[in-house]
Parts: sequence; structure tokens; C-alpha cells
Amino acid sequence: MAPSAETATGEWSRSLLWEGLRAYGLIVAMWVRSTMTYRASFAMTVFGNFAATAFDFVAILLMFSHVDQLGGYSLPEVAFLYGAAGAAFGLADLCLGSMDRLGRRVRDGTLDTLLVRPVPVLAQVAADRFALRRLGRITQGLLVLGYALTALDIAWTPLKVAMIPMMLLSGATIFAAVFVAGAAFQFWAQDAAEVQNSFTYGGTTLLQYPPTVFAKDLVRGVTFVVPLAFVNWLPALYVMGREDPLGLPDWVAFLPPLVAVGCCVLAGMAWRVGLRAYRSTGS
Amino acid sequence: MRLYAVVAAGGFRRYATYRTATAAGVFTNTVFGFIVAYAYTALWDQRPNLGGYDLSQALTYVWLGQALLMTCAMMGGGFEDEVMERIRSGDVAIDLYRPADLQLWWLAGDLGRAAFHLVGRGIVPMALGALAFDLALPGNPLTWLAFLLSVFLGVVVSFSVRFLVALSAFWLMDGAGVGQITFLVGLFFSGMLLPLTLFPGLLGEIARVLPWSSLLQVPADVFLGRHTGWGLLGAFAFQAGWALALLALGRLVQSVATRRVVVQGG
Repeated sequence: MAPSAETATGEWSRSLLWEGLRAYGLIVAMWVRSTMTYRASFAMTVFGNFAATAFDFVAILLMFSHVDQLGGYSLPEVAFLYGAAGAAFGLADLCLGSMDRLGRRVRDGTLDTLLVRPVPVLAQVAADRFALRRLGRITQGLLVLGYALTALDIAWTPLKVAMIPMMLLSGATIFAAVFVAGAAFQFWAQDAAEVQNSFTYGGTTLLQYPPTVFAKDLVRGVTFVVPLAFVNWLPALYVMGREDPLGLPDWVAFLPPLVAVGCCVLAGMAWRVGLRAYRSTGS
Repeated sequence: MRLYAVVAAGGFRRYATYRTATAAGVFTNTVFGFIVAYAYTALWDQRPNLGGYDLSQALTYVWLGQALLMTCAMMGGGFEDEVMERIRSGDVAIDLYRPADLQLWWLAGDLGRAAFHLVGRGIVPMALGALAFDLALPGNPLTWLAFLLSVFLGVVVSFSVRFLVALSAFWLMDGAGVGQITFLVGLFFSGMLLPLTLFPGLLGEIARVLPWSSLLQVPADVFLGRHTGWGLLGAFAFQAGWALALLALGRLVQSVATRRVVVQGG
């Protein structure tokens, strides 16, 4: 078990963080090398990962072949929301997408192997079966975002320009926190990886559409309960100069970094509690 | 025949074991159902009768998609990963040794899996969807029966495609790439992302004659009462035709593939 926070000095926890990142890097490098053994298959899975997300954008394009606006938003505006959500999610998915395998490890008992190694468990679980093919999803998101940025008529200010990288990084961090919290939940639920998918994959699907499409209560839920609206809706609406359907003030568009840090703290706590509650199946 | 019934029952029981996973899946299907239903509402708001569906039919289509996603294994799933793993490890030699046909064995298991998913992951999301939205549920019990038959044929078509994907491992060793690309194409052309009746021009015509339309588009149209009389028989014939053609192709590939098997002792 990891020593408790009370006994840890600041220096010690810094070195623990460093150790964790180093171990994460090493395990990632190992999986990348192993992936490269079957290069043809790797190329196909990168393409597949790219195409997986490309197809749902094609579906949106097909929708726009019948209408000019969806929920009052034009195609470039929807593409902006879509690209930002896709790229942010893709980044989190690349770094932590294997977290949903935790339930399987709890079930079959292989988590015990990770516990006895002198490396933080979170780093091991996060890097487990690291899948470089997920670059395909990020690429697709960035391409759609690039299209949107050229097609949209935005009065750019330095602040608005800075919003774009801030939005992607904070968004990815928020999704990363959701991944960790979802994994922590599996210490109890064991085979409920799909609940996590509702918040991650479901979250991106939700954020791909304008908030005006959804019922107000749903929008409230993803703003104040699971703060997914901070991934792209709120900053993107500010950049596009659009009203938030909940009528929130403009400055909430600058909150994503704070929200992201808050989510990470909560997810980290959930992870600690989950890991302590873990009882091996003994198999 | 009795053997395959036992295998099918085993397939059902195997998936029925994971109750939390099923509950989690129902939750996921419901969440996605809500998201897509809202998006479709916005779409049909602007263009009522898009693709020949009114709003309540379009929403029914959404929830049917969620109900059949796992049943027809539209995103892949079930046996093919296992077969590929057995081919890579060489365990497939043991399967070939058994007094059962490889294709029928896995088909029986997959039918059991599909039956479980229809009950376990189909009914509850559909019921929740019907509570939250105004759905066009058929009043005639015969329509429900026709729908079940259409779903059955859809599952067989889905199986026969996935069987071919699994067999590709005999040549590629790692069939994950082929599998993924097939499923993505299948997901798109099943009508899961958007009803195929909304696909424009030639793309739409091609999409509607590909085997994947048997997985969702055809059963959904049967459910919505868009196929009646001879048209209904035509829909069944379309699905059965693809099922038989793909099963026959699978059989052919299987016999070529098994000649490649080299049993290594030890």
C-alpha cells in the first residue's frame, strides 16, 4: 500500500510524483516498442482510430446536407465544438485510455501484481497497454478544429487566441480526471467499465453538439455536476461570441484551468480511497 | 443439433453472469440514447419528415439503435477476438479436432450471446426511452414477431461478417486492424450513426444494399411498419440472402484456412 499523505514530507511526495512519471514513461515506451512489432496492424489501427471518429463527423456532415443549422448553430460552429471536444478527449484518451481495464484486473486478480511493485499503482494502470494508435483520434479532432477555425469569422483578440490551447489542455485534464475517477469507482463496481464510458465517450458525443440542442437540466448537469461544459462549450461560446443557454456571465469561460485542477484533486482523492478499499479476490 | 443448443445456452449464460456489467451497459445505452435523441429532435425540428420518418419514428429509430447495438454486435464484440487469439496461440487446432463444426459452434454461441443482449440490454433502454419520449411502438403483435425474425437474421449476418474477420487471423496473425476497420465501416453502414434513408444519392443506394443494413436499418423499418406484405418478405429475403452468401463464403475460407494449420507438437 502507498504510505499515507500524513507521513509524507513535501520533498518525498515530489519524488513520488517524479517516480510515477518516470515509471509511466518507461512502461509507455515498452508498449510502444511492442506495438511496433506488428507494423501493418499498427498502421491499420491508427487509421481505424482516425476513421472511427471521422465517421461520426461524416454523420454530422450528412445532417448538414439536409439543414443549414442545428440548434441555431452553423456547420463551422458545430465543427468548432466537435474539434475541440474531440482533440481534448483524444489527448486524455491517449494518456489514460487504458484505465478502464482496471475492473478486469480487479476481477482476475492481476492487480495484486501491480501492488507489490515499487512503482505507484496509478502510473502502472495508466500506462498499461498504452495505445499509440489513439493518435488517430487526436489528429481527426485537430483537423476538424483547423477547418472550423479557418471557416469561422471570428474577431480574433490575443485573449481569444490564447483560449484555444488553454481549452484543449484544460479539457484534456478534465477528461483525464473523469478517467481516474471512473477507474477508482471500479475498485467497488469491478465490471462496470461502461459507466465510465458514458461520461467519457458519452461526454464527447454530447459536447460535439451545441448546448442549445439539449434540455436545460441536462446542460445544468454537465456544467455544475460533472463539469464537462468547461471542456469546450463555455470557452468556445466565448470565442464565437455566443450566449450560454444558462445565461452564465462571460468570465466563466476563463475558469477551465481552475475547474481542471479541482477535478484532478477530487479524482486523486477518489483514487486513494478506492485503492485503500481494495480487497484482492484471492484468485 | 442438441450440442449446438447447449452451446447457445452456454453463450447466453456466459453473458448473463456479469450483472453489474449489464447494468452498466444499460446505463451507457440510455445516456447515449438521450444524447442522440436530443440531436435528432433538433434535426427533425427543422426538417419534419426527414428520410420519410416523422419525429416520433425518428426517436424510435434512435432507441432501437441503442437496443440492438449489442445484440447485433454493431461495434464488434463477443467471439471474434477469442477466435483470433486461439488462432494465434495455436489452440484452434484443438477446436478443429472437436466433433463439432467450427462455424456452427461459434454461431450457436453467438446466438446465445445475442439473445442475452436483446433481453438484458435491449428492453430496459427501450422502456426508458419510451417513458421520456413519444415513441412509435407497433400495436400489432405480428409486427413485433416480424421484428424479432428480422433481428435474428441481422444477428446471423453480423456473425457471418465477424467470422470472416476472425478467420483473417490465419493469414495476418494479428487481425485487430482488419477487425477494427470492418467494424467501423459496418457501424456506419448499419445506420447506427444516421438512418441510411438520410444518406444522399449513390452513397445511400450503396449503403442500403450492403449487408450491414440488415443489422439496424432493416429491423428498424420492420418495427416501424415500413415493410408490409410482399415488401416485408422482400426485407427478410434480403437479410437471409446476405446471411446465406456470407455463411457460405465463411465456410469456403474456413476450409482453405484449416489446410494452412500446422500442428506443432509439444
